[in-house]
Amino acid sequence: MGVEITTTRLEDAAKWAKQSTLDKATNWGRKFSLFSYPFVTACCGMEFMSVAGPKYDLARFGAEFPRFSPRQSDLLMVVGTITEKQGPAVKRVYDQMAEPKWVIAFGVCASTGGFYQNYHTMPGVDQVIPVDVYIPGCPPRPEQVLDALILLMDRIQAGRGHSQLRDKREQLIASQNQDEG
Amino acid sequence: MSQKVLDALKAAHGSAVDRTGSAHGDEIAWIKRDQLLAVATWLKNDAQMAFDAPVFCTCIDWLDWKPLGQPPSHAWTEDKPRFTVCYQLRSFKHRHRVRLEIELPESDPRLPSLTPLWPAFNWQERETFDMYGIKFDGHPDLRRIYLYEEFVGHPLRKDYPKEKRQPLVRRDDLPINPIKRPPMEQK
Ligand code: SF4
Repeated sequence: MGVEITTTRLEDAAKWAKQSTLDKATNWGRKFSLFSYPFVTACCGMEFMSVAGPKYDLARFGAEFPRFSPRQSDLLMVVGTITEKQGPAVKRVYDQMAEPKWVIAFGVCASTGGFYQNYHTMPGVDQVIPVDVYIPGCPPRPEQVLDALILLMDRIQAGRGHSQLRDKREQLIASQNQDEG
Repeated sequence: MSQKVLDALKAAHGSAVDRTGSAHGDEIAWIKRDQLLAVATWLKNDAQMAFDAPVFCTCIDWLDWKPLGQPPSHAWTEDKPRFTVCYQLRSFKHRHRVRLEIELPESDPRLPSLTPLWPAFNWQERETFDMYGIKFDGHPDLRRIYLYEEFVGHPLRKDYPKEKRQPLVRRDDLPINPIKRPPMEQK
């Protein structure tokens, strides 16, 4: 993997296309054109702004454009504390997003509930939606976020995002059903 | 600081005032619940009082309260009132302030609402209702304000379990796990 996965060269994509591993090529395209939907609820938002700003510059990795409509995005950034009351809203945003989609839990609050152990905070957003990459830290440093993004890109290239795996699983089940039927 | 308010209050509504006190520069009057509305109306309308600014409304739950370094007689017991509702008032005109505290028994936590007098108490009383379950008679719209309608109980009461969550949604997309695990021990 390694070099192959982090490559930005078009020749590699063309090579995969020739080898008829076309999903590799589409995944290569996907990982460099992430459209993020920032679901920002709390203090971590400050750190998100610094990552998205010019100093740390998330745009270098193609995740440039925060879209404020879930229909136009495929990367959900859950940034900040999620309360039980917000649960239905997060789930709905996730359901509305375009397939295939990925989720990053940004900060300990979104990952596990953090230091909130009480009646109103959800113990991690993975209680309602599947999360691909967790970023610890309160708030995480921008470098951690960039690291997580690279991790996610590797995952997308390998086809191991949650929604990608779910698609594969569903295809498998469908083909098994066909065999039996 | 505002001792003259307490003195005037006692002179005008002596029967309504249970006792008075002062803490950290704030004057406090413990008011009997059935005369709260009369006292509050007087505080608002009297020219010498003119309390035009409501500051906050909140509640204290005394359940199992044991102050450190104090004789045990200060601790909360079943026969003492469980809730204290506090109203902090302030007058911009005369630059004085006073706190009204109303003690309520656990069995009947209700008192007249002060929203008709000071509309700014509307949401604060709703919050107090949401968190402590205090009923405000005469409140125009006594609904939960922070929590959702499905929530059962009042979380800032001391007998609400600290980590009891009442989830609205949970994931349903997890594949059924074929590995049988022993059930988790319930605390
Ligand atoms: S992880 Fe820390 S910084 Fe981030 S939302 Fe939670 S409390 Fe705020």
